[in-house]
Amino acid sequence: MRMLPAAITKPFTQTSGFARWMLVIGIVITAVFIICALFAPWLAPYGFAQSSVDGVRFTKLGHPTGGHIFGTNDLFFDVFSRIIWGARTAIEVVFLSILFCIVIGVPLGLVSGYFGGWPDRILVLVMDALFAFPSFLLAIVFSFLLVNILGGSVIAVALSLTAIYVPQYYRVVRNTTVSAKEATYVEAARAIGATDGVIMRRYLFGNVVQSVPVLGTLNAADAILTLAGLGFLGLGIQPTDAAEWGFDLQRALDDAGAGVWWTGLYPGLAIVLLVTGLTLVGEGLNETLNPTLRRRRLLPVVMPSRGSAGHPEAKESAR
Amino acid sequence: MTRSSSGSLPRYILQRTMLVIPMIWVLLTIVFLVLRVAPGDPVSAALGGQVDPAALEQRREALGFNKPLISQYWDYLSSVLRLDFGTTFTDNQPVLNVIRDNGGATLSLTVAAFFIALVLGIPLGLIAGRTRDRFPDVVIRLFGILTYAAPIFFVGFLLQAYVASPLGLPTSGDASPITIFTVKPHTHILLIDAFLSGDSTAISDVLKHLILPAATLGLLVSGVFIRLVRVNILQTMQSDYVEAAEARGIDRGKVTRRHAFRNALVPVVTVIGLQFALLLGGAVLTESTFNWPGLGQKLVKYINDRDYGAVQGIITIFAVAIVLISLLVDIANALIDPRVRY
Repeated sequence: MRMLPAAITKPFTQTSGFARWMLVIGIVITAVFIICALFAPWLAPYGFAQSSVDGVRFTKLGHPTGGHIFGTNDLFFDVFSRIIWGARTAIEVVFLSILFCIVIGVPLGLVSGYFGGWPDRILVLVMDALFAFPSFLLAIVFSFLLVNILGGSVIAVALSLTAIYVPQYYRVVRNTTVSAKEATYVEAARAIGATDGVIMRRYLFGNVVQSVPVLGTLNAADAILTLAGLGFLGLGIQPTDAAEWGFDLQRALDDAGAGVWWTGLYPGLAIVLLVTGLTLVGEGLNETLNPTLRRRRLLPVVMPSRGSAGHPEAKESAR
Repeated sequence: MTRSSSGSLPRYILQRTMLVIPMIWVLLTIVFLVLRVAPGDPVSAALGGQVDPAALEQRREALGFNKPLISQYWDYLSSVLRLDFGTTFTDNQPVLNVIRDNGGATLSLTVAAFFIALVLGIPLGLIAGRTRDRFPDVVIRLFGILTYAAPIFFVGFLLQAYVASPLGLPTSGDASPITIFTVKPHTHILLIDAFLSGDSTAISDVLKHLILPAATLGLLVSGVFIRLVRVNILQTMQSDYVEAAEARGIDRGKVTRRHAFRNALVPVVTVIGLQFALLLGGAVLTESTFNWPGLGQKLVKYINDRDYGAVQGIITIFAVAIVLISLLVDIANALIDPRVRY
């Protein structure tokens, strides 16, 4: 632990009880899914759109058995393989969208908050309007357009998720910049002749990105849900391009009344687990980094014992 | 209340109302830019292959798509001012009719879901806040996280697979065909129409259809309330007046009920208004899961048909509704909480 930088160890060493458990469990769950995503070709027994092996077709809606531990779905695909490949799709989309959000939102918020003026006002208005709109509806509209233009690819869906989350990054960074730029250390930097670019990069950047990790993790959880929702409505990634849990649940719904539970239960559980994991990480980080919620671990205070301190009165009474 | 603070309430309401105009303008501009300037020809996207090129050109002209963009933009803004939200391309209906015919189903679903969320969320949040970090708190917080983490269609799937048939509850639509046939549409809200008809089989049929979709959507929103009430109770319990009340020897339960609870609920009122956005988004998925004949399902249908006219009209109405609701929430807040006015 001592080798790690303080920024990484701080969430663990400065929390206790529930917050720490949330963080640890969340990180473990998220890590499992990231491993599934990275090593999908080796972990999944079959391809995500593979319906036969050695020319023998899988059974349609087959019960979970030794060959297909989670059964097969109505398209003859192996459910377990689609869960593993689905993790890759989800992680890819979410990673890209959060990356785009940070790359667009943070510099925009920094520049807009630092310089102010009418571009700042217009940006605030536009971002507020985007933020006020129901995010899922916004995602539907953007994916409708972007899928038309770019096809049902990972990039198109990642971009439509970026459109709904970027206002949050902009707002957080812009508002912290507005208050931080008045601070004495910025004034001092300006007095010694630092240019605007240097002030933003060297002085403000580190201070205004503090809340981005929490925001990023919580948005990642939300992005998984939005991605699955789009897939469920048939607006997201095309099923032949990649495995997607939301799309699989849509297919499963028709058979729900007929006693076929495995085609829907496993993709659903995968979504719940990954979103829970990411939420736990976000909440855990929030409880550590947000001073209004933080509960520091109280170390037992060791008082010098009354007898040994050489206090004459204490010795008197001890006798 | 002093003279200056009572004078500031009308001023606050006026200022806040003035802000509605630029907000609506910005939203409409975004809707226009996104849906109209986007590449591709909306008319042939919606009707391509179904009508001959001459008729296509005629439709394009009638809808003003051959005009320059700036005048299309002007036409769009001025027609919204006249409360004309356009017509759909595929079935050639005024968008307002679509809203009238399908809005009622969405409204009854969201109101019922909201009710379930309040009844479930506020008491659970209160219990969690009072037992911080102890067993009930941990269980309730996990429940809150799960309601958020489980997608609507997964909860819907579970209810359809495991709950619907043992309880004999329907999983599709908002009423049986016989009820839709017998109940006369007065308000276009089936639940109210059923009550107006006084037919007890119709009422129970409509209520039975409502239970599972409303529970699904309500669970999602209840998680938000749990979280919010819990955090607010925690913060209120740390405030000076609660400490003062405890110092006077009032027992903890009474302090929570009489002193902390009401103050903790003030921010909840704000968030109730914000949940409208979550409810609208959630309604789209709930309606698709339960084949509920509401606006969300209609919107998805139009999107799959590439009907830009319908999508633009429905999204425009949503945008206006959202701005107006946020205005109402802010005014309600200012009435409840004097600090907002400054």
